[in-house]
Amino acid sequence: MSAGSNLSVEGLRTHFFTKAGVVKAVDDVSFSLAPGEVMGLVGESGSGKSVTGFSLLGLVDAPGKVVGGRILFKGQDLAAMSDEQRRRMRGSRMAAIFQDPLMTLNPVLRIETQMVETILAHQALPRAEARKRSIAALERVGIPAAEERLSAYPHQFSGGMRQRVCIAIALLNDPDLIIADEPTTALDVTIQAQILHEMRALCAGSGTSLIWITHDLSVVAGLADKICVMYAGRIVERGDVDEVLDRPLHPYTRGLIASLPSRSERGQALYQIPGMTPSLLGLGEGCAFRDRCPRADASCLDSPPERVVSEGRTCRCFHPHEGEPS
Amino acid sequence: MAVFILRRLSQSVVLVLVMSMLVFLGVFAIGDPINTLVAPDATEEERQAIVVHFGLDKPLYEQYGRFLGNALRGDLGRSFKFNEPALALIAQRVPATLELAFASLLLTVVLGIPLGLYAGFRPNARSSRLIMGVSAFGFSVPAFWLGLMMVMLFSVFLGWLPASGRGTTVAILGIPVSFLTWDGLKHMILPVINLAAFKLSLIIRLTRAGTQEVVMSDYVKYAKAKGLRNGRIVLVHVLKNTLIPITTVLGLEFGRTIAFAVVTETIFAWPGMGKLIIDSISVLDRPVIVAYLMLIVVMFIVINLVVDIIYSTLDPRMRLEDQR
Repeated sequence: MSAGSNLSVEGLRTHFFTKAGVVKAVDDVSFSLAPGEVMGLVGESGSGKSVTGFSLLGLVDAPGKVVGGRILFKGQDLAAMSDEQRRRMRGSRMAAIFQDPLMTLNPVLRIETQMVETILAHQALPRAEARKRSIAALERVGIPAAEERLSAYPHQFSGGMRQRVCIAIALLNDPDLIIADEPTTALDVTIQAQILHEMRALCAGSGTSLIWITHDLSVVAGLADKICVMYAGRIVERGDVDEVLDRPLHPYTRGLIASLPSRSERGQALYQIPGMTPSLLGLGEGCAFRDRCPRADASCLDSPPERVVSEGRTCRCFHPHEGEPS
Repeated sequence: MAVFILRRLSQSVVLVLVMSMLVFLGVFAIGDPINTLVAPDATEEERQAIVVHFGLDKPLYEQYGRFLGNALRGDLGRSFKFNEPALALIAQRVPATLELAFASLLLTVVLGIPLGLYAGFRPNARSSRLIMGVSAFGFSVPAFWLGLMMVMLFSVFLGWLPASGRGTTVAILGIPVSFLTWDGLKHMILPVINLAAFKLSLIIRLTRAGTQEVVMSDYVKYAKAKGLRNGRIVLVHVLKNTLIPITTVLGLEFGRTIAFAVVTETIFAWPGMGKLIIDSISVLDRPVIVAYLMLIVVMFIVINLVVDIIYSTLDPRMRLEDQR
């Protein structure tokens, strides 16, 4: 791990112990993130990308449990921390933004309440001071008439404005890391572009690392420095965003890129990866992608190890594409 | 808000008018009170005199018109039986019933909401299952049976608590109340529990269901992600959302408690309105029955109005000024 890393995750495993069996939602996930760096965590629904985010926050609900691995955050081992220490970490050093701001902001509390409580949960400040900081945070994310809007309720904002409020809440305590779980999925494309742009500027300005969880490769392409592609609980490929998108190694990454609408000619059918995402329940040994993979053979019945291709670039595949452009 | 209340009040006037007609008609249909008013050995002249005195010889619409005219002047008629104004007769009994109703409401809120929250947060704990089991019991057992069993156990066998009456009362602003004396309190325990049993069970179940739903919501997860302390998540984020349906049900239940405290008041010989109305029905004391029912109608209107106002303060999406 590089010495200057903000966050380093090694071999993280989060399993769900259901009645039907163990679901390995996150299975041996490793990555690291430097201050100010933006990482895109890409995958289909159910690939374990959100669970990875919740594992970092320490918010995996039963029957799920982090069963292995190490999370070093600013040099501290999160697993060794007490619940109270984790709580103090959340919302201050490590903030979160969720997908649908209409669902994540409490409908019956004023924005002011929801912002001020986030500050007061982490530091002893006079209310007036916390209020002033909340106004400043709203102004920072471009909410006009911030002082008046503070006394409004979530339903009185538009979708884009609500997500800006959530971003302002995330920024309140100047975090070192923001975990954003599909924060623009519920928004219009134009609003999405604005928010992406602003998030990038805000993080670069403050040295905050950002994990952007999404299923949308085009978002990652414009926003992130690094990318991790997840499939069935594992990171199948990771590296610099341009390298991965220009020269994907893993057949799954290649399939994802090929299925982007912008890459097809008008009138031409979109490429689809054949088959369906496998059920994580009782997923056996071997590469989880092998049933859908054009390159699979008998060797894929074993699990491919995470192979380091170059500095910061890994791939889990026995038959990677070698350097051909996508 | 003011517009809302004014509009609601004007609607209420119509409602009260319609209800008064229905009540008057209904009571008229029950039977002729003349036989209970006149002594069996009375002569035909005496009988006619009484009929004329009470206006029972007039056609129905005329009787109703006279009733309405008097009611507007605050006179709901005189009791046939006690020869006292019906309203005054009821008013004497109101404090006793209200005392019981408020005490059982308090018990319901103070016990029901915390127990429901607890059972909602830890649905699989043994204590939660016990709470739910007991509440299923309180939900299903009829009030008269529970009351009689409690009298048998606590009054007859154990001799711990008195079984009837209000005990020693103290007057506050001329209104006698029981809860300020030790003896009065002891008299209240059993009737209050009896009256609260159903409501308490209902509120526990409602709170639990609401809590379980809210705990799964994204905004509770988000509150955790903001690093809030558990106490604040429970008391502010969860409770405020859970309270919305509870308020509605509590309002309705409170009205029901006052209107139908009959069973409990009868078992524990509590001198409230419920007992008065039962006695009045058995002798067809029309003015008292009508006055009582009208009072209940007004009470429900007031309770519903109060519930709507509380509701709007709890849920900003329902703010009354937002309604155009």
